[in-house]
Amino acid sequence: MLVTNKMETQDLELYYGTFCALHSVSLPILTNQVTALIGPSGCGKSTFLRTLNRMNDLVEGTTIKGKVFLDGEEIYSPDVDCVNLRKRIGMVFQKPNPFPMSIYDNVSYGPRAHGLKDRQKLNQIVEKSLKEAALFNEVKDRLNSSALQLSGGQQQRLVMARLLAVEPEVLLMDEPASALDPISTSKLEDLILDLKKQYTIIIVTHNMQQAARISDYTSFFLNGEMVEYGITKELFTQPQDKRTEDYVTGRFG
Amino acid sequence: MKWSAKLEEKVFIGLLWASAILAILVLFSIVGHILINGIAGLSWEFITAEPSRMGKEGGILSIIIGTLYLTVASLIVATPIGVGSAIFLTEYAKKGRVVRVIRFATESLAAVPSIIFGLFGFVLFVITLGMGWSIISGALTIAFMILPTIIRAAEESIKMVPDSYREGSLALGASKWYTIRKVVLPSALPGIATGIILGIGRSIGETAAVILTAGSSLGLPTSVFDPTRTLSVHLYILASEGISMEKAYATATVLIILIISINFVANWLMAKLVGRVA
Repeated sequence: MLVTNKMETQDLELYYGTFCALHSVSLPILTNQVTALIGPSGCGKSTFLRTLNRMNDLVEGTTIKGKVFLDGEEIYSPDVDCVNLRKRIGMVFQKPNPFPMSIYDNVSYGPRAHGLKDRQKLNQIVEKSLKEAALFNEVKDRLNSSALQLSGGQQQRLVMARLLAVEPEVLLMDEPASALDPISTSKLEDLILDLKKQYTIIIVTHNMQQAARISDYTSFFLNGEMVEYGITKELFTQPQDKRTEDYVTGRFG
Repeated sequence: MKWSAKLEEKVFIGLLWASAILAILVLFSIVGHILINGIAGLSWEFITAEPSRMGKEGGILSIIIGTLYLTVASLIVATPIGVGSAIFLTEYAKKGRVVRVIRFATESLAAVPSIIFGLFGFVLFVITLGMGWSIISGALTIAFMILPTIIRAAEESIKMVPDSYREGSLALGASKWYTIRKVVLPSALPGIATGIILGIGRSIGETAAVILTAGSSLGLPTSVFDPTRTLSVHLYILASEGISMEKAYATATVLIILIISINFVANWLMAKLVGRVA
């Protein structure tokens, strides 16, 4: 196994009851790179994403087979602490979901949940995270106002700041820009490119242009199967599998 | 064709209006009847003086205090159990037979007539456990009576908290209990508060179960082991034993004013809570 793989799956299978949603997916996730997961609706890319931080554990009736590694260690082994795992692997959802609290309380939620009480340290973390998410200047004068009053794009960046405050290593993003307008989307994409230097990012997207714009590696999913994986530029210009070619050229999807 | 459809609609709207007006009229006549007959007996003295001569004279101070004491005590017992059960049923219990049995039990509890609660409380708390007629016997009994109301309201409220909040919290590495404590419960607070207020409403008007468990002593209660008389019990005794219709109406007026005030406070509190959360 290569040392540069932050995460890796080996023959990963997922069943909802008896229905097989993921068929034997083996995929590497390289460190400090952006890996995009593309494919038509229902192909399993979101399901796959959620296996990486064990969010599928929350859905009753799911079974997992195969292995998922983080820094070379299996994350589905019985002695793994999910709470700690989700601290290292963070997730951003499609629809921004800030808590019904102030901006400050949202961002400080994670560190507080892990036991941090020192007010000064929390202040520092909140400021740092909001800056990292490119939101600080817009909200610095109203940190105590409700997060629900922010615009969609701002809320999504707030959710990012909230995530960055727990200092994860991997960021999982499930169609983070699909609910946003083009300008907010562009800001979010710039943010992702910036964050890549420090974090390993996996992004599920419906938008192929987006995948081409911001990702280093791309993986194409179809009907629960990982059809092809490769360097983004190559996958889009010279796809190996006919199905991939059909999808990226818009013949279906 | 069209003409008769319009006529039909007008007739129905008329009937609906009539039903609504009838309901309001009934409410107003009952409340009005009490107020008209009772206002005369109201005075600062009435509220601050102790009853004398079995309630024929004097005031209702000890009774007001007893009512508040009993209501608060039953809430102190019912709220943690009710909210705790609701959290268990919605967040932790695996869907299946266990949950259905518990839910059936709480729904059935809601249907039990209050006199039976009174009998149960009398046999268990007053006699068997030796607590005698006391606030604590009454509070425990009333707590069981209002438990289904609180559980139901809390459950509905907790279920309405969007899953996206829970997912967001868990995805940050927070534990399930922390998520419930810091995100779910605060969001569910307005609904839980409603349940508590509905519970207060039910317990303040309760008469039969209270007589059987808290007794009907006129003295000022100083501890939870003292018996006490509540407003509804007092007005029942004054009227049925022919002691003083005048004082009975006055007591009823105080009770109604108390209930209306609680409703106002409840609505105000709800608006404030929802405003903070939304």
